[in-house]
Amino acid sequence: MAKRESMTGNQVVAECMRQINPDVVAAYPITPSTEVMQIFAQSVADGLVDTELVTVESEHSAMSACIGASAAGGRVMTATSACGLALMWELLPVASALRLPIVMTVVNRALSAPINIHCDHSDSMGCRDAGWIQLYSENAQEAYHNIIQAAKICNREGVWLPVMVCVDGFIISHSIESVEMLEDDEVQRFVGEFKPRKPLLDVDNPVTYGALDLQDYYMEHKKQVDDAIQSSKSEILKVAEEFKKEFGYEYGLIDSYMMEDAEVAIVALNSTAGTSKYVVNMLRQEGIKAGVLKIRVFRPFPADEIREALKNVKAVAVLDRSSSYGTAGPLFLDIRSAMYEADSKPFITNYIYGLGGRDIGIDELRSIYEGLISSIKEGKPARTYNWIGVREKV
Amino acid sequence: MTLKNKEELPLGGLIEEAGNAAEYETGGWRTFRPVWDFEKCIQCLTCWIYCPDSCIIVEDEKVKGADLRFCKGCGVCANECPPKIRAITMEEEVKFKK
Ligand code: SF4
Ligand code: SF4
Repeated sequence: MAKRESMTGNQVVAECMRQINPDVVAAYPITPSTEVMQIFAQSVADGLVDTELVTVESEHSAMSACIGASAAGGRVMTATSACGLALMWELLPVASALRLPIVMTVVNRALSAPINIHCDHSDSMGCRDAGWIQLYSENAQEAYHNIIQAAKICNREGVWLPVMVCVDGFIISHSIESVEMLEDDEVQRFVGEFKPRKPLLDVDNPVTYGALDLQDYYMEHKKQVDDAIQSSKSEILKVAEEFKKEFGYEYGLIDSYMMEDAEVAIVALNSTAGTSKYVVNMLRQEGIKAGVLKIRVFRPFPADEIREALKNVKAVAVLDRSSSYGTAGPLFLDIRSAMYEADSKPFITNYIYGLGGRDIGIDELRSIYEGLISSIKEGKPARTYNWIGVREKV
Repeated sequence: MTLKNKEELPLGGLIEEAGNAAEYETGGWRTFRPVWDFEKCIQCLTCWIYCPDSCIIVEDEKVKGADLRFCKGCGVCANECPPKIRAITMEEEVKFKK
Protein backbone atom coordinates (compact mmCIF):
# COMPACT_ATOMS: atom_id res chain seq x y z
CA MET A 1 0.00 0.00 0.00
CA ALA A 2 1.28 3.40 -0.95
CA LYS A 3 1.62 5.96 1.84
CA ARG A 4 1.81 9.76 1.74
CA GLU A 5 4.85 11.41 3.22
CA SER A 6 6.15 14.95 3.35
CA MET A 7 9.70 15.06 2.06
CA THR A 8 12.12 17.24 0.16
CA GLY A 9 12.95 16.21 -3.39
CA ASN A 10 16.39 15.06 -2.30
CA GLN A 11 14.90 12.93 0.48
CA VAL A 12 12.60 11.33 -2.05
CA VAL A 13 15.52 10.51 -4.37
CA ALA A 14 17.57 9.04 -1.50
CA GLU A 15 14.56 7.09 -0.25
CA CYS A 16 14.00 5.76 -3.77
CA MET A 17 17.62 4.62 -3.94
CA ARG A 18 17.21 2.88 -0.57
CA GLN A 19 14.15 1.06 -1.88
CA ILE A 20 15.97 -0.01 -5.07
CA ASN A 21 18.98 -1.16 -3.00
CA PRO A 22 21.67 -0.84 -5.70
CA ASP A 23 24.87 -2.88 -5.51
CA VAL A 24 27.20 0.09 -5.87
CA VAL A 25 26.74 3.84 -5.41
CA ALA A 26 29.54 6.34 -5.97
CA ALA A 27 29.24 9.50 -3.91
CA TYR A 28 30.76 12.94 -4.24
CA PRO A 29 28.93 15.92 -2.76
CA ILE A 30 27.88 18.91 -4.81
CA THR A 31 25.09 21.37 -4.11
CA PRO A 32 22.15 20.90 -4.56
CA SER A 33 22.45 17.09 -4.88
CA THR A 34 24.67 16.64 -1.78
CA GLU A 35 21.74 15.72 0.44
CA VAL A 36 20.84 12.76 -1.76
CA MET A 37 24.14 11.09 -0.94
CA GLN A 38 24.14 12.30 2.65
CA ILE A 39 20.76 10.70 3.33
CA PHE A 40 21.57 7.59 1.34
CA ALA A 41 24.91 7.20 3.18
CA GLN A 42 22.89 7.10 6.41
CA SER A 43 20.88 4.19 5.00
CA VAL A 44 24.16 2.43 4.20
CA ALA A 45 25.51 3.15 7.70
CA ASP A 46 22.29 1.89 9.27
CA GLY A 47 22.53 -1.34 7.29
CA LEU A 48 19.24 -0.73 5.49
CA VAL A 49 20.82 -1.52 2.10
CA ASP A 50 23.49 -3.92 0.85
CA THR A 51 25.10 -1.16 -1.19
CA GLU A 52 28.83 -0.69 -1.48
CA LEU A 53 29.13 3.09 -1.08
CA VAL A 54 32.26 4.34 -2.83
CA THR A 55 33.34 7.74 -1.58
CA VAL A 56 35.58 9.26 -4.23
CA GLU A 57 37.67 12.41 -4.58
CA SER A 58 35.83 14.01 -7.51
CA GLU A 59 32.86 13.51 -9.81
CA HIS A 60 35.22 12.34 -12.53
CA SER A 61 36.13 9.49 -10.20
CA ALA A 62 32.50 9.00 -9.20
CA MET A 63 31.53 8.26 -12.80
CA SER A 64 34.69 6.16 -13.27
CA ALA A 65 33.73 4.10 -10.23
CA CYS A 66 30.19 3.72 -11.60
CA ILE A 67 31.55 2.55 -14.95
CA GLY A 68 33.88 0.01 -13.32
CA ALA A 69 31.17 -1.30 -11.01
CA SER A 70 28.63 -1.48 -13.81
CA ALA A 71 31.05 -3.35 -16.09
CA ALA A 72 31.71 -5.70 -13.18
CA GLY A 73 28.00 -6.51 -13.22
CA GLY A 74 26.38 -4.46 -10.47
CA ARG A 75 23.24 -2.34 -10.36
CA VAL A 76 24.80 1.11 -10.07
CA MET A 77 23.42 4.52 -9.17
CA THR A 78 24.74 7.98 -8.35
CA ALA A 79 23.64 11.60 -8.22
CA THR A 80 25.25 14.90 -9.11
CA SER A 81 24.71 18.50 -10.19
CA ALA A 82 26.16 21.23 -12.39
CA CYS A 83 29.97 21.44 -12.35
CA GLY A 84 30.06 17.91 -10.98
CA LEU A 85 28.23 16.65 -14.04
CA ALA A 86 30.51 18.75 -16.22
CA LEU A 87 33.53 17.11 -14.59
CA MET A 88 32.03 13.71 -15.41
CA TRP A 89 31.57 14.65 -19.03
CA GLU A 90 34.58 12.77 -20.37
CA LEU A 91 33.20 9.54 -18.92
CA LEU A 92 29.56 9.97 -19.92
CA PRO A 93 30.01 8.73 -23.51
CA VAL A 94 32.16 5.89 -22.15
CA ALA A 95 29.23 4.70 -20.03
CA SER A 96 26.83 4.84 -22.97
CA ALA A 97 29.16 3.31 -25.55
CA LEU A 98 30.10 0.46 -23.20
CA ARG A 99 26.32 0.00 -22.79
CA LEU A 100 26.37 0.29 -19.02
CA PRO A 101 22.96 0.70 -17.36
CA ILE A 102 23.90 3.31 -14.74
CA VAL A 103 21.08 5.41 -13.25
CA MET A 104 22.06 8.93 -12.24
CA THR A 105 19.89 11.63 -10.71
CA VAL A 106 20.91 15.07 -11.94
CA VAL A 107 19.72 17.77 -9.60
CA ASN A 108 19.83 20.57 -12.15
CA ARG A 109 21.98 23.58 -11.36
CA ALA A 110 23.64 26.43 -13.24
CA LEU A 111 27.22 26.16 -14.48
CA SER A 112 29.85 28.70 -13.47
CA ALA A 113 30.80 31.48 -14.04
CA PRO A 114 29.71 33.48 -12.15
CA ILE A 115 29.39 30.90 -9.39
CA ASN A 116 25.75 30.09 -8.80
CA ILE A 117 24.21 27.16 -6.96
CA HIS A 118 20.64 27.53 -8.18
CA CYS A 119 18.59 25.81 -10.82
CA ASP A 120 18.93 25.88 -14.55
CA HIS A 121 19.42 23.20 -17.16
CA SER A 122 22.81 24.12 -18.57
CA ASP A 123 24.30 21.06 -16.86
CA SER A 124 22.06 18.32 -18.28
CA MET A 125 21.68 20.11 -21.63
CA GLY A 126 25.46 20.32 -21.81
CA CYS A 127 25.63 16.54 -21.98
CA ARG A 128 22.57 15.88 -24.11
CA ASP A 129 24.83 14.40 -26.83
CA ALA A 130 26.51 11.83 -24.58
CA GLY A 131 24.23 8.92 -25.49
CA TRP A 132 22.36 8.90 -22.18
CA ILE A 133 18.59 8.62 -21.97
CA GLN A 134 17.32 11.80 -20.27
CA LEU A 135 14.09 11.91 -18.27
CA TYR A 136 12.82 15.20 -16.81
CA SER A 137 10.62 15.45 -13.71
CA GLU A 138 7.98 18.07 -12.96
CA ASN A 139 8.02 17.50 -9.20
CA ALA A 140 9.35 15.18 -6.50
CA GLN A 141 6.57 12.67 -7.15
CA GLU A 142 7.61 12.37 -10.78
CA ALA A 143 11.29 12.25 -9.89
CA TYR A 144 10.46 9.26 -7.68
CA HIS A 145 8.50 7.53 -10.43
CA ASN A 146 11.12 8.37 -13.07
CA ILE A 147 13.97 6.86 -11.04
CA ILE A 148 12.01 3.66 -10.44
CA GLN A 149 11.25 3.41 -14.15
CA ALA A 150 14.83 4.34 -15.11
CA ALA A 151 16.11 1.41 -13.05
CA LYS A 152 14.01 -0.83 -15.26
CA ILE A 153 14.50 0.92 -18.63
CA CYS A 154 18.30 0.96 -18.47
CA ASN A 155 18.86 -2.80 -18.66
CA ARG A 156 15.97 -3.76 -20.94
CA GLU A 157 17.00 -5.93 -23.86
CA GLY A 158 17.60 -3.63 -26.79
CA VAL A 159 18.43 -0.69 -24.49
CA TRP A 160 21.43 -1.30 -22.18
CA LEU A 161 22.08 2.41 -21.79
CA PRO A 162 22.64 4.76 -18.86
CA VAL A 163 19.73 6.96 -17.80
CA MET A 164 19.81 10.45 -16.33
CA VAL A 165 16.83 11.58 -14.28
CA CYS A 166 16.69 15.37 -14.07
CA VAL A 167 15.15 17.26 -11.15
CA ASP A 168 15.17 21.04 -10.62
CA GLY A 169 17.70 22.07 -7.98
CA PHE A 170 16.27 23.77 -4.87
CA ILE A 171 12.86 24.31 -6.50
CA ILE A 172 12.24 20.57 -6.13
CA SER A 173 15.34 19.25 -4.37
CA HIS A 174 14.91 21.37 -1.24
CA SER A 175 11.15 22.00 -1.19
CA ILE A 176 8.94 19.79 0.92
CA GLU A 177 6.22 18.07 -1.02
CA SER A 178 3.60 15.52 -0.12
CA VAL A 179 4.67 12.44 -2.04
CA GLU A 180 2.94 9.11 -2.39
CA MET A 181 5.62 6.55 -1.61
CA LEU A 182 5.33 2.91 -2.62
CA GLU A 183 6.19 0.05 -0.32
CA ASP A 184 9.76 -1.25 -0.46
CA ASP A 185 8.68 -4.64 -1.79
CA GLU A 186 6.50 -3.02 -4.48
CA VAL A 187 9.52 -1.08 -5.76
CA GLN A 188 11.73 -4.16 -5.51
CA ARG A 189 9.23 -6.26 -7.40
CA PHE A 190 8.82 -3.63 -10.11
CA VAL A 191 12.51 -3.03 -10.80
CA GLY A 192 13.19 -6.77 -10.53
CA GLU A 193 16.40 -8.61 -9.93
CA PHE A 194 19.33 -7.08 -11.79
CA LYS A 195 20.89 -9.43 -14.32
CA PRO A 196 24.05 -8.01 -15.88
CA ARG A 197 24.78 -8.50 -19.57
CA LYS A 198 28.47 -9.42 -19.86
CA PRO A 199 29.88 -8.95 -16.36
CA LEU A 200 33.64 -8.70 -15.92
CA LEU A 201 33.32 -10.77 -12.76
CA ASP A 202 32.04 -13.76 -14.73
CA VAL A 203 35.46 -15.38 -14.85
CA ASP A 204 34.15 -18.40 -16.77
CA ASN A 205 33.24 -16.15 -19.69
CA PRO A 206 35.97 -13.52 -19.73
CA VAL A 207 35.47 -10.37 -21.80
CA THR A 208 37.50 -7.24 -22.44
CA TYR A 209 35.82 -3.86 -21.85
CA GLY A 210 37.15 -0.67 -23.39
CA ALA A 211 39.42 -2.00 -26.12
CA LEU A 212 40.89 0.19 -28.86
CA ASP A 213 38.44 0.69 -31.71
CA LEU A 214 39.78 2.58 -34.71
CA GLN A 215 38.49 3.61 -38.14
CA ASP A 216 37.38 0.09 -38.98
CA TYR A 217 34.83 -0.37 -36.15
CA TYR A 218 34.30 2.85 -34.12
CA MET A 219 31.40 4.06 -36.25
CA GLU A 220 29.59 0.73 -36.08
CA HIS A 221 29.74 0.80 -32.29
CA LYS A 222 28.50 4.40 -32.16
CA LYS A 223 25.69 3.51 -34.54
CA GLN A 224 24.74 0.71 -32.15
CA VAL A 225 24.36 3.37 -29.43
CA ASP A 226 22.25 5.55 -31.70
CA ASP A 227 20.06 2.60 -32.74
CA ALA A 228 19.59 1.63 -29.09
CA ILE A 229 18.67 5.11 -27.88
CA GLN A 230 16.32 5.66 -30.84
CA SER A 231 14.54 2.37 -30.24
CA SER A 232 14.52 2.85 -26.45
CA LYS A 233 11.39 4.97 -27.01
CA SER A 234 9.25 1.87 -27.25
CA GLU A 235 10.91 0.31 -24.18
CA ILE A 236 10.38 3.52 -22.18
CA LEU A 237 6.71 3.33 -23.14
CA LYS A 238 6.48 -0.36 -22.25
CA VAL A 239 7.96 0.30 -18.80
CA ALA A 240 5.51 3.21 -18.40
CA GLU A 241 2.67 0.85 -19.33
CA GLU A 242 3.83 -1.69 -16.70
CA PHE A 243 4.12 1.15 -14.17
CA LYS A 244 0.56 2.24 -14.91
CA LYS A 245 -0.71 -1.30 -14.53
CA GLU A 246 1.03 -1.73 -11.18
CA PHE A 247 0.59 1.68 -9.61
CA GLY A 248 -1.97 3.59 -11.67
CA TYR A 249 0.22 6.54 -12.67
CA GLU A 250 0.39 7.35 -16.36
CA TYR A 251 3.59 8.41 -18.14
CA GLY A 252 4.46 8.99 -21.78
CA LEU A 253 7.29 10.53 -23.73
CA ILE A 254 5.45 13.84 -23.53
CA ASP A 255 2.63 15.07 -21.34
CA SER A 256 -0.11 17.11 -23.02
CA TYR A 257 -2.10 19.40 -20.75
CA MET A 258 -5.21 21.00 -22.27
CA MET A 259 -3.71 20.52 -25.69
CA GLU A 260 -6.74 18.99 -27.49
CA ASP A 261 -8.15 22.34 -28.61
CA ALA A 262 -5.27 24.64 -27.65
CA GLU A 263 -4.43 27.56 -29.95
CA VAL A 264 -1.44 28.74 -27.94
CA ALA A 265 0.98 26.51 -26.07
CA ILE A 266 4.08 26.56 -23.93
CA VAL A 267 6.58 23.72 -24.19
CA ALA A 268 8.68 23.26 -21.07
CA LEU A 269 10.74 20.83 -19.02
CA ASN A 270 10.71 20.02 -15.31
CA SER A 271 9.04 22.25 -12.71
CA THR A 272 8.19 25.10 -15.09
CA ALA A 273 5.70 22.79 -16.79
CA GLY A 274 3.82 22.67 -13.48
CA THR A 275 3.73 26.46 -13.12
CA SER A 276 2.60 26.74 -16.75
CA LYS A 277 -0.30 24.36 -16.08
CA TYR A 278 -1.39 26.68 -13.27
CA VAL A 279 -1.33 29.64 -15.67
CA VAL A 280 -3.28 27.62 -18.26
CA ASN A 281 -6.00 27.00 -15.67
CA MET A 282 -6.27 30.78 -15.18
CA LEU A 283 -6.34 31.47 -18.92
CA ARG A 284 -8.92 28.77 -19.57
CA GLN A 285 -11.26 30.49 -17.07
CA GLU A 286 -10.93 33.61 -19.18
CA GLY A 287 -11.85 31.63 -22.28
CA ILE A 288 -8.32 31.53 -23.74
CA LYS A 289 -7.47 28.24 -25.41
CA ALA A 290 -4.05 27.65 -23.88
CA GLY A 291 -2.15 24.43 -23.29
CA VAL A 292 1.13 23.05 -22.00
CA LEU A 293 3.30 20.42 -23.59
CA LYS A 294 5.70 18.96 -21.07
CA ILE A 295 8.64 17.01 -22.43
CA ARG A 296 9.35 14.07 -20.12
CA VAL A 297 11.82 12.26 -22.38
CA PHE A 298 14.31 14.63 -23.97
CA ARG A 299 16.70 11.91 -25.18
CA PRO A 300 15.62 10.02 -27.23
CA PHE A 301 13.88 13.07 -28.67
CA PRO A 302 10.19 12.34 -29.32
CA ALA A 303 9.98 14.39 -32.54
CA ASP A 304 6.96 12.57 -34.04
CA GLU A 305 4.95 12.79 -30.84
CA ILE A 306 5.73 16.51 -30.44
CA ARG A 307 4.79 17.23 -34.06
CA GLU A 308 1.50 15.42 -33.52
CA ALA A 309 0.81 17.29 -30.27
CA LEU A 310 1.51 20.70 -31.80
CA LYS A 311 -0.14 20.19 -35.17
CA ASN A 312 -3.30 22.21 -34.47
CA VAL A 313 -1.70 24.89 -32.33
CA LYS A 314 -1.32 28.33 -33.91
CA ALA A 315 1.55 29.68 -31.84
CA VAL A 316 4.04 27.96 -29.57
CA ALA A 317 6.62 29.26 -27.11
CA VAL A 318 9.44 26.89 -26.26
CA LEU A 319 10.95 27.64 -22.87
CA ASP A 320 14.61 26.83 -22.34
CA ARG A 321 16.29 27.05 -18.95
CA SER A 322 19.67 27.14 -20.71
CA SER A 323 21.04 28.54 -23.93
CA SER A 324 23.23 27.06 -26.60
CA TYR A 325 25.00 30.42 -26.66
CA GLY A 326 25.39 31.75 -30.17
CA THR A 327 22.30 30.03 -31.51
CA ALA A 328 19.22 29.53 -29.27
CA GLY A 329 17.79 27.21 -26.62
CA PRO A 330 18.52 23.49 -27.12
CA LEU A 331 14.90 22.38 -26.64
CA PHE A 332 13.75 25.03 -29.11
CA LEU A 333 16.27 23.92 -31.74
CA ASP A 334 15.07 20.32 -31.57
CA ILE A 335 11.41 21.28 -31.59
CA ARG A 336 11.69 23.69 -34.49
CA SER A 337 13.63 21.04 -36.39
CA ALA A 338 10.87 18.48 -35.65
CA MET A 339 8.21 20.93 -36.87
CA TYR A 340 9.93 21.39 -40.23
CA GLU A 341 8.13 18.25 -41.42
CA ALA A 342 4.70 19.34 -40.13
CA ASP A 343 1.98 20.02 -42.69
CA SER A 344 0.90 23.25 -41.04
CA LYS A 345 3.47 24.97 -38.93
CA PRO A 346 2.62 27.06 -35.88
CA PHE A 347 4.61 30.22 -35.12
CA ILE A 348 7.44 29.06 -32.86
CA THR A 349 9.28 31.38 -30.52
CA ASN A 350 11.96 30.69 -27.97
CA TYR A 351 12.33 32.12 -24.48
CA ILE A 352 15.46 31.66 -22.41
CA TYR A 353 14.41 31.99 -18.78
CA GLY A 354 15.31 31.23 -15.21
CA LEU A 355 19.09 30.98 -15.52
CA GLY A 356 20.87 30.63 -12.20
CA GLY A 357 17.59 30.07 -10.39
CA ARG A 358 15.85 33.29 -11.43
CA ASP A 359 12.16 32.78 -10.78
CA ILE A 360 9.74 32.39 -13.61
CA GLY A 361 6.45 33.56 -12.21
CA ILE A 362 2.83 33.50 -13.21
CA ASP A 363 3.09 37.01 -14.69
CA GLU A 364 5.96 36.12 -17.00
CA LEU A 365 4.30 32.95 -18.21
CA ARG A 366 1.09 34.89 -18.77
CA SER A 367 2.93 37.49 -20.79
CA ILE A 368 4.43 34.73 -22.95
CA TYR A 369 0.92 33.40 -23.69
CA GLU A 370 -0.26 36.95 -24.41
CA GLY A 371 2.63 37.41 -26.82
CA LEU A 372 1.55 34.25 -28.64
CA ILE A 373 -2.04 35.49 -28.85
CA SER A 374 -0.99 38.82 -30.32
CA SER A 375 1.28 37.17 -32.87
CA ILE A 376 -1.75 35.17 -34.05
CA LYS A 377 -3.82 38.38 -34.23
CA GLU A 378 -1.12 40.15 -36.21
CA GLY A 379 -0.67 37.12 -38.42
CA LYS A 380 3.10 37.15 -38.07
CA PRO A 381 5.50 35.45 -35.71
CA ALA A 382 6.99 37.37 -32.82
CA ARG A 383 10.79 37.69 -32.48
CA THR A 384 12.19 34.16 -32.51
CA TYR A 385 14.84 34.32 -29.82
CA ASN A 386 14.04 36.06 -26.55
CA TRP A 387 15.32 36.20 -23.02
CA ILE A 388 12.64 36.76 -20.40
CA GLY A 389 13.26 38.22 -16.97
CA VAL A 390 16.48 40.02 -17.87
CA ARG A 391 16.96 43.72 -17.12
CA GLU A 392 18.03 45.40 -20.31
CA LYS A 393 17.61 48.66 -22.22
CA VAL A 394 14.77 48.42 -24.67
CA MET B 1 39.69 -9.63 -44.40
CA THR B 2 35.96 -8.86 -44.41
CA LEU B 3 34.87 -6.47 -41.68
CA LYS B 4 31.79 -7.24 -39.64
CA ASN B 5 28.82 -4.91 -39.80
CA LYS B 6 27.19 -3.33 -36.78
CA GLU B 7 24.63 -6.09 -36.21
CA GLU B 8 27.38 -8.71 -35.99
CA LEU B 9 29.54 -6.83 -33.47
CA PRO B 10 29.27 -7.40 -29.71
CA LEU B 11 27.49 -4.50 -27.97
CA GLY B 12 29.74 -1.95 -26.37
CA GLY B 13 32.78 -3.01 -28.38
CA LEU B 14 33.43 -5.85 -25.95
CA ILE B 15 35.97 -8.47 -26.86
CA GLU B 16 34.37 -11.80 -26.09
CA GLU B 17 37.06 -14.24 -27.19
CA ALA B 18 40.52 -14.20 -25.64
CA GLY B 19 43.56 -14.02 -27.91
CA ASN B 20 41.65 -13.00 -31.02
CA ALA B 21 44.33 -10.50 -32.04
CA ALA B 22 45.66 -13.40 -34.14
CA GLU B 23 42.67 -12.86 -36.42
CA TYR B 24 43.32 -9.15 -36.77
CA GLU B 25 45.46 -8.91 -39.89
CA THR B 26 47.85 -6.01 -39.81
CA GLY B 27 49.96 -6.81 -42.86
CA GLY B 28 48.06 -4.25 -44.92
CA TRP B 29 50.30 -1.48 -43.56
CA ARG B 30 53.30 -2.90 -45.48
CA THR B 31 55.03 -1.06 -48.34
CA PHE B 32 58.07 -3.41 -48.43
CA ARG B 33 58.17 -7.14 -47.87
CA PRO B 34 61.08 -9.41 -46.92
CA VAL B 35 62.18 -11.93 -49.52
CA TRP B 36 64.46 -14.82 -48.51
CA ASP B 37 67.29 -16.33 -50.44
CA PHE B 38 67.41 -19.79 -48.85
CA GLU B 39 70.61 -20.60 -50.78
CA LYS B 40 72.36 -18.03 -48.57
CA CYS B 41 70.42 -18.53 -45.30
CA ILE B 42 72.40 -20.35 -42.59
CA GLN B 43 69.34 -20.87 -40.34
CA CYS B 44 70.82 -18.89 -37.44
CA LEU B 45 67.24 -17.80 -36.52
CA THR B 46 68.37 -14.22 -35.84
CA CYS B 47 65.53 -12.85 -37.99
CA TRP B 48 63.04 -14.95 -35.99
CA ILE B 49 64.36 -13.52 -32.72
CA TYR B 50 64.26 -9.91 -33.90
CA CYS B 51 60.97 -9.68 -35.79
CA PRO B 52 58.85 -7.30 -33.65
CA ASP B 53 55.63 -8.81 -35.01
CA SER B 54 56.51 -12.47 -34.43
CA CYS B 55 55.71 -13.23 -38.02
CA ILE B 56 58.72 -15.28 -39.08
CA ILE B 57 57.54 -18.82 -39.72
CA VAL B 58 59.75 -21.54 -38.27
CA GLU B 59 59.04 -25.18 -38.95
CA ASP B 60 61.30 -28.05 -37.94
CA GLU B 61 63.76 -25.48 -36.55
CA LYS B 62 64.03 -23.87 -39.97
CA VAL B 63 62.99 -20.41 -41.14
CA LYS B 64 60.42 -20.65 -43.96
CA GLY B 65 59.74 -16.96 -44.51
CA ALA B 66 57.32 -14.42 -43.03
CA ASP B 67 53.59 -14.64 -42.35
CA LEU B 68 52.64 -11.73 -44.59
CA ARG B 69 49.22 -11.34 -42.92
CA PHE B 70 51.09 -9.66 -40.06
CA CYS B 71 54.42 -8.51 -41.54
CA LYS B 72 54.58 -4.68 -41.44
CA GLY B 73 57.63 -4.59 -43.70
CA CYS B 74 59.79 -2.85 -41.12
CA GLY B 75 62.97 -4.45 -42.43
CA VAL B 76 64.33 -5.38 -39.01
CA CYS B 77 64.83 -8.99 -40.18
CA ALA B 78 66.84 -7.91 -43.24
CA ASN B 79 68.90 -5.56 -41.09
CA GLU B 80 69.67 -8.17 -38.44
CA CYS B 81 70.52 -11.01 -40.83
CA PRO B 82 74.32 -11.39 -40.38
CA PRO B 83 76.23 -8.96 -42.69
CA LYS B 84 78.21 -11.73 -44.33
CA ILE B 85 74.98 -13.61 -45.16
CA ARG B 86 72.42 -10.97 -46.16
CA ALA B 87 69.81 -13.59 -47.02
CA ILE B 88 66.89 -11.20 -46.84
CA THR B 89 66.17 -8.32 -49.18
CA MET B 90 63.30 -5.89 -48.78
CA GLU B 91 61.33 -5.67 -52.00
CA GLU B 92 58.73 -3.04 -52.88
CA GLU B 93 55.27 -4.38 -52.18
CA VAL B 94 53.89 -2.91 -55.38
CA LYS B 95 55.98 -5.42 -57.40
CA PHE B 96 53.83 -8.23 -56.04
CA LYS B 97 50.53 -6.61 -56.97
CA LYS B 98 49.08 -8.04 -60.18
S1 SF4 C 1 59.92 -6.97 -42.23
FE1 SF4 C 1 59.68 -6.61 -40.02
S2 SF4 C 1 57.68 -7.46 -39.61
FE2 SF4 C 1 58.26 -8.28 -41.57
S3 SF4 C 1 59.23 -10.23 -41.10
FE3 SF4 C 1 60.84 -8.70 -41.19
S4 SF4 C 1 61.10 -8.03 -39.10
FE4 SF4 C 1 59.14 -9.09 -39.19
S1 SF4 D 1 68.90 -14.07 -39.98
FE1 SF4 D 1 69.44 -14.44 -42.08
S2 SF4 D 1 70.69 -16.23 -41.99
FE2 SF4 D 1 69.73 -16.10 -40.02
S3 SF4 D 1 67.90 -17.37 -40.27
FE3 SF4 D 1 67.31 -15.36 -40.79
S4 SF4 D 1 67.52 -15.22 -42.96
FE4 SF4 D 1 68.66 -16.99 -42.32
